[in-house]
Amino acid sequence: MGIFDPVKGFGVTFGMMFKKVATEEYPEIGAPAAPRYHGRHQLNRHPDGLEKCVGCELCAWACPADAIFVEGGDNTEEERYSPGERYGADYQINYLRCIGCGLCVEACPTRSLTMINFYELADDNRQDLIWTKEDLLAPLLPGMEQPPHPMRLGDNEQDYYVGGPALARGRGVPEQETVETDTEEAVR
Amino acid sequence: MTVAPEFSDVDVPEGYVKLTVDGEEVVAPKGELLIRTAERLGTVIPRFCDHPLLDPAGACRQCLVEVEMNGRAMPKPQASCTMTVADGMVVKTQVTSEVADKAQQGVMELLLINHPLDCPICDKGGECPLQNQAMAHGRTDSRFVDKKRTFPKPLPISSQVLLDRERCVLCQRCTRFSDQIAGDPFIELLERGSHQQIGTAETADVLDAASHTSSGQPFQSYFSGNTIQICPVGALTSSQYRFRSRPFDLVSTPSVCEHCSSGCAERTDFRRGKVMRKLAGEDPDVNEEWICDKGRFAFRYAAAEQRIRRPLVRSAETGELEEVSWTEALRAAADGLVKARDGKGAGVLPGGRVTLEDAYSYGKFARMALRTHDVDHRARAHSDEELDFLASRVVSDGGPAGGGVTFADLEAAPVALCVAFEPEEESPAVFLRLRKGARAGDVKVVHIGQWASPAVDKTFGELLACPPGGEADAVEGIAEHAPDLDEALRADGAVVLVGERAAEVPGLPTALHHLAERTGARLAWIPRRAGERGAVEAGTLPTLLPGGRPVADADARAEVERHWGLEAGTLPAEPGRDVTGMLNAIVTRDLGGLLVGGVDLDDLPDPALARKAFDAAEFVVSLELLPSTVTPYADVVLPIAPVDEKGGTFVNWEGRRRPFTVTLDGTGALTDCRVLDTLGVEMDTDLFTQTPDAALGDLDRLGAPKGTGAAKGTSGALSAPKGTLGALNAPKVPLGAPTAPPTPGSGQALLATWRQLVDDGSLQIDEPALAGTARRVVARMSRATADGLGDHVTVSTGRGSVTLPVEITDMPDGVVWLPGNAPDAKLRATLGAGHGAVVDIAGGDR
Ligand code: SF4
Ligand code: SF4
Ligand code: SF4
Ligand code: SF4
Ligand code: FES
Repeated sequence: MGIFDPVKGFGVTFGMMFKKVATEEYPEIGAPAAPRYHGRHQLNRHPDGLEKCVGCELCAWACPADAIFVEGGDNTEEERYSPGERYGADYQINYLRCIGCGLCVEACPTRSLTMINFYELADDNRQDLIWTKEDLLAPLLPGMEQPPHPMRLGDNEQDYYVGGPALARGRGVPEQETVETDTEEAVR
Repeated sequence: MTVAPEFSDVDVPEGYVKLTVDGEEVVAPKGELLIRTAERLGTVIPRFCDHPLLDPAGACRQCLVEVEMNGRAMPKPQASCTMTVADGMVVKTQVTSEVADKAQQGVMELLLINHPLDCPICDKGGECPLQNQAMAHGRTDSRFVDKKRTFPKPLPISSQVLLDRERCVLCQRCTRFSDQIAGDPFIELLERGSHQQIGTAETADVLDAASHTSSGQPFQSYFSGNTIQICPVGALTSSQYRFRSRPFDLVSTPSVCEHCSSGCAERTDFRRGKVMRKLAGEDPDVNEEWICDKGRFAFRYAAAEQRIRRPLVRSAETGELEEVSWTEALRAAADGLVKARDGKGAGVLPGGRVTLEDAYSYGKFARMALRTHDVDHRARAHSDEELDFLASRVVSDGGPAGGGVTFADLEAAPVALCVAFEPEEESPAVFLRLRKGARAGDVKVVHIGQWASPAVDKTFGELLACPPGGEADAVEGIAEHAPDLDEALRADGAVVLVGERAAEVPGLPTALHHLAERTGARLAWIPRRAGERGAVEAGTLPTLLPGGRPVADADARAEVERHWGLEAGTLPAEPGRDVTGMLNAIVTRDLGGLLVGGVDLDDLPDPALARKAFDAAEFVVSLELLPSTVTPYADVVLPIAPVDEKGGTFVNWEGRRRPFTVTLDGTGALTDCRVLDTLGVEMDTDLFTQTPDAALGDLDRLGAPKGTGAAKGTSGALSAPKGTLGALNAPKVPLGAPTAPPTPGSGQALLATWRQLVDDGSLQIDEPALAGTARRVVARMSRATADGLGDHVTVSTGRGSVTLPVEITDMPDGVVWLPGNAPDAKLRATLGAGHGAVVDIAGGDR
């Protein structure tokens, strides 16, 4: 063992100080996930704020982990949450069960259910890991209104599905927001 | 051109034909439909309109197959649901024939042209024959790209049934059901061509609530729920189950309806500990595939907000009921009952909705823990004559295995005489059987009643009208006034059906007994409540021990004492008191305590007396599900389990055992028999009825009375087969004399009444959609009686009055008919009067 050996060892340490750091400063600085990362779910809205979810339970059906509970409800003229007859009255995702596979998103016929980047799903009790509809619903963007309210963008649900994106622009939803756009549609 | 296959020489029995299906030789009974022959071979031909219990219609064309007759192919594919088998026929289904397969795909494509893309929001999604068959027999994509035909939706046909015409495939199952099975004008096929649709007269142009039939009457059917179940798509849905769940959420258990004495098979679907819906179960011997709307839709009472879930004891300080632990409540109940028993005695009122096991436990509790025969489950009008009738004619009839009247017998009877019995209101499954038989032309239905109710019309029946209370005279007079009926009743298989109302008509049970003896017609007692027949078998009557053993018979008592491990001579030799006897005894301070099951004081013949007695009672223990009219008087309330949360056995009017298992497991709710067992232990008595199984085992070990020579049947024989009754069980013939009905004075009328299926019953709470399908609440009277009264009539007694709109009906003069327990007319509670009473009538306004 040479006399300089201990110093040599420090040399490695010292040298590392000038290299690029691989450590992520989490949670102080946070770590954004990749743009298409499957984080938590979100229940989207129509451009006027009505919910897209029709309470069909197809997501619950598709889920291999039985993480989703949905119960449908009946829209009335006085109390309307989504265009059409049916809405998701009760919606829960149990994040203790969810494996983030995204099959539910594939199953959703209305594009109500999507996944966003948010992944901080940890807690110290079970109760708080069952996310309910209130937690999952997308925030109200400009031009949106908290349901229940009447259909603002058409006379029936068909108008929403056929002409929705264009109507959304008309209501001032900014271009970069996640509403299916005309161009997107054209590409498809 | 196919080569005609060589026929092997398989023997073809008389009445059968031989044909080839998909290259396989089959022997089929003449008249069998091809679709069923194929089914027997394991080939399911897709279908929508075909239903085994409905007449063939050939409406949807989905079941096309290729058929060859006498070596020549028929030019086009044929509908296999309308074509019957023939000798030498060669049939090729989609399995072997390209043509049939292509035809089926074509029909499916056409059916889907106007079908909306509704599956995600459709209640049928997941259990939809259209979805399934489109997957199995449809094309992968549609060539149809145009706009689909749309209709406003959903359209309420009634408060319960919603119609979505876009989804309808025009199979006409619903219209055929209403027309053939229920006989109610429901919905019809309207318009032609691509505008063809299902609807009522008004739905074609009125777009909102169109709950009227073509006759302008509001739509009412007690069987409408069946159309929802048989609709092969989601065109008919119920407002109760709408959007509540998906088939994959549901756990299904077979169950038995708790609402009437027919004991229909049901399927109960629950999700997360909550019952979501009930469907008709299949039981060819009982309800075939149909149930009534009450059985289907009335179940939320068990999940009601106000349900009693913890034991309650009345606090000595505040006088209020307070929640306590089971231990404390049972001790309080036991102490109170022991005190009452050792003082003036205590009686038991189990109510008519008990299972066989629970009834047995109530009876055993009365006899062992309270040492009395004061037990009577008849929470309704009752009489001593009825007691004798039950003991001699009902408990000993042996059930289906012992030659008692069965559903199948109803369908085949040459004549069915209904006395004081409204089949459609009191036992709808019986009505459907009668109608089925009558429609086939086999059964002649005769009613002895007051007016031609819808059931009379729909069973193509004849009415022998008599004043209320005059039924006994009418029955006695059959030989004289209706000789052809008398003759018909002598024919083999003739049946006489009598309802619980017989107890209110003095002399009627006796008259029926005589009629049966004289003509040989078989008698069936069809009570209204599900538990009544079982309770008679289990011996919750003051004169009967389990198995139809008379209390008065020393040998019978000794046998029961031995079985129960009692010292000889413990059971009192004197029969007990009936319900009214017990209530009177409490008022006169001859009885101290009461143990009460599911009894509503307003069902008792005299609710005022009942209230007085309960008020005077020293100690009242109530075993209840929901707060009731008994609760204010109860010192201890013990919560018990509804049928969904327990297992047990109902005994239907036939005497057939209808066992069912627990649907919602682990709710912690206790059965009556368990509560009574534990209460017994607190009182130092072992009932051995901890579980329904234990109770039933105990009852079965006791079996039929010894000395009758009756082998204990395994298939539900409850007592000795007819004709083998030994001296032990010799029928004590009811001995009542008809009393002439009182003659109403001027401004008075005789009250006729019975309860309607959908009314204000305590098991129908929280069901607004069902309540909306109730029959209109009216007072019925003849034109002469209604003369000068105006549109409304006020019917009153010294106790109170009821005002209802008048409907002129063809019925005897001087008689007014009122529904028994309608929301605005709770007769017993307000009038304190029942069938055959004299009431005052006056013009009234609302
Ligand atoms: S991501 Fe997968 S596991 Fe999670 S809820 Fe959806 S389907 Fe279920
Ligand atoms: S999120 Fe989508 S799939 Fe799930 S219930 Fe709502 S609409 Fe149906
Ligand atoms: S009826 Fe069947 S196929 Fe039609 S929308 Fe409903 S689930 Fe889908
Ligand atoms: S409503 Fe249903 S049952 Fe009636 S014709 Fe249409 S598809 Fe058939
Ligand atoms: S099932 Fe044969 S035509 Fe409908």
